[in-house]
Amino acid sequence: MKSTLLALSIAVALGLSMTAQAEEAVTVKIGQSSPLTGPQAHIGKDNDNGVRLAIDEINATKPVIDGKAVTFEVMSEDDQADPKTATIVAQRMIDEGIVGVVGHLNSGATIPASKVYADNDIPQISPSATAIKYTAQGFKTAFRVMTNDEQQGKVLGAYAAKLGKKVAIVDDQTAYGQGLAAEVEKAAKAAGAEVVAVEHTNDKATDFSAILTSIKGKAPDVIFFGGMDPQGAPMAKQMRQLGMKAQFLGGDGLQTPKFIELAGADAEGAIASIPGLPIEKMPKGADFKKKFEEKYGQIQLYAPYAYDAAYVMVDAMQRANSTDPVKYLPELGKTSFEGVTGKIGFDAKGDLTSGPITLYTVKGGKWETLETVQP
Amino acid sequence: MDIFAQQMVNGLVLGSVYALVALGYTLVYGILELINFAHGETTMMGSMIAITVIGALFGVAPDLPGIVIVFTGLLAAIPACMLLGYSIERVAYRPLRHAPRLAPLITAIGISIVLQNVAMLIWGKQYIAFPTTLLPQGRHEILGASITDVQIAILFLTVTIMVALVTLVNRTRLGRAMRATAQAPAVAQLMGVNVNRVISATFVIGAGLAAIAGVMVSANYGQAHYYMGFLLGLKAFSAAVLGGIGNLTGAMLGGMLLGVLEALGAGYIGDLTGGFLGSHYQDIFAFLVLILVLTLKPSGLLGSKSVERA
Repeated sequence: MKSTLLALSIAVALGLSMTAQAEEAVTVKIGQSSPLTGPQAHIGKDNDNGVRLAIDEINATKPVIDGKAVTFEVMSEDDQADPKTATIVAQRMIDEGIVGVVGHLNSGATIPASKVYADNDIPQISPSATAIKYTAQGFKTAFRVMTNDEQQGKVLGAYAAKLGKKVAIVDDQTAYGQGLAAEVEKAAKAAGAEVVAVEHTNDKATDFSAILTSIKGKAPDVIFFGGMDPQGAPMAKQMRQLGMKAQFLGGDGLQTPKFIELAGADAEGAIASIPGLPIEKMPKGADFKKKFEEKYGQIQLYAPYAYDAAYVMVDAMQRANSTDPVKYLPELGKTSFEGVTGKIGFDAKGDLTSGPITLYTVKGGKWETLETVQP
Repeated sequence: MDIFAQQMVNGLVLGSVYALVALGYTLVYGILELINFAHGETTMMGSMIAITVIGALFGVAPDLPGIVIVFTGLLAAIPACMLLGYSIERVAYRPLRHAPRLAPLITAIGISIVLQNVAMLIWGKQYIAFPTTLLPQGRHEILGASITDVQIAILFLTVTIMVALVTLVNRTRLGRAMRATAQAPAVAQLMGVNVNRVISATFVIGAGLAAIAGVMVSANYGQAHYYMGFLLGLKAFSAAVLGGIGNLTGAMLGGMLLGVLEALGAGYIGDLTGGFLGSHYQDIFAFLVLILVLTLKPSGLLGSKSVERA
């Protein structure tokens, strides 16, 4: 009789604790925003996949925060790389109760959205926005896991000066392209090169023959383009059509498989940089590449950074033992995380404390590593 | 290198494409006095279909000469676009033939948005590459300007098509029927002209030209995109207005002029204004021209001549 009672009470207690556990399981939404439509959709989807891979892995470890079983959920939104849409999307995600956001992809979208997140105390980690302004606004919620344009522009400008005395600069007038181009111009001049032309286009143009012709008249040794691959590819093509021999140089927006696909043989010899290490030189790069490609196919560009950003965010929550944005935000600032892309830590502004930049060149239809530079 | 000569070449190549697309606007306007705003998207469809066919054919028979593969792509895109042009007319225009002017304008814009989205669904949101390696890669220096084989082909094709089209309108039965329909549809109908068939023919011819233009654009720039028809369409429309909408020679002239204006403008505006305005104002010229023409000479450069109205 006694033993039956004991067994019964144990069963009840077990049942109770199980229901208690089930009641305490919570779903926590993490936002992701990038262009999922439009010319940069391939890069945007890459970010989305990076975050999803990280969150799937984290969920598989059955994380417990503050005594509750937590299931993370990705809320992915399309900002169309558009500043206006980005703020709308930011507000929508906040209304849906996200506790943090990985995004946005473009600086032009990240900067206006960052104010919305800051006003609502939602921590934001951009995997790829490199414009200096993003972290210079003084928002304590803004972080990034990539070196900024100042760091990248310094390296590119010095490299341009090394390639030749006369440098021409074209940008696409986006926050990213223009910001990077301005830094390159400064650094190239500082390194003793002469900037013979500064021209602008836009991020929808395909015809650059007029601009390139007027640049050709100034006989530059190097043409730097601050912009993305859909413009960089026809620009490289038209340089060859015009018989220009200048070295074509670009930032991370050009260092994509799409650039080579679109420019074809004319991509040959182009040089572009990416903040960070090449994937094969990243500490856990090979492992990441394998995992990612099994699930989503070829890595486009920033997927490892988006993946790391999601991990860094959850890491801060675990250290703070809370998914409350206000509570885990201070921990985010103290991050010291060994990610796929390298060691991640933030300075007072939210910028990476250390970050190498790698230069690549197109050889035989593939991007090949030239050298890695510490800014 | 002579910069001016090079900018003229740039402008003429750019202008040829505008001219071909403008011919489509002008043909339809000549007959119906309506702007077919889905025309730019027809151009986009042409280049997308061609790229798909070229890719498929290259996969099946990689040993064929590149030019044959590209030409087959072009030959596939033309009838496909013609069918599309025919369908657009049947769906968006014919039911509204007697409706107020605004209605078919709106349906045309609607069709253009539908086509953009259909293209996005089929080919995705990314830029897709035109296999330019299949084409001759030659580059020539003429009067100090550099021009590629593809660009020479574009100029040559445009002029040939123009001549053929003018001959068609002025020398054939169909052309006469088109001119009659343009003058007075009701009377033409009484005289035994099948007005519906003539209007369909106009749309079909315009769409065929758009297909060729689409293939030219993507062959020259090496890429295509579901959104590419929008700005191209607007600029070609401006070119048609500049030349005098409804006038075939005008469309050609307007297209060429606009191309040259754009190239020279983008090339020299920086130097002329001491850097105050820059090359990023390239897209402004088409619309500046549109506004100027509409205020100063709404009929366009050659618009008053009704003889050649198609």
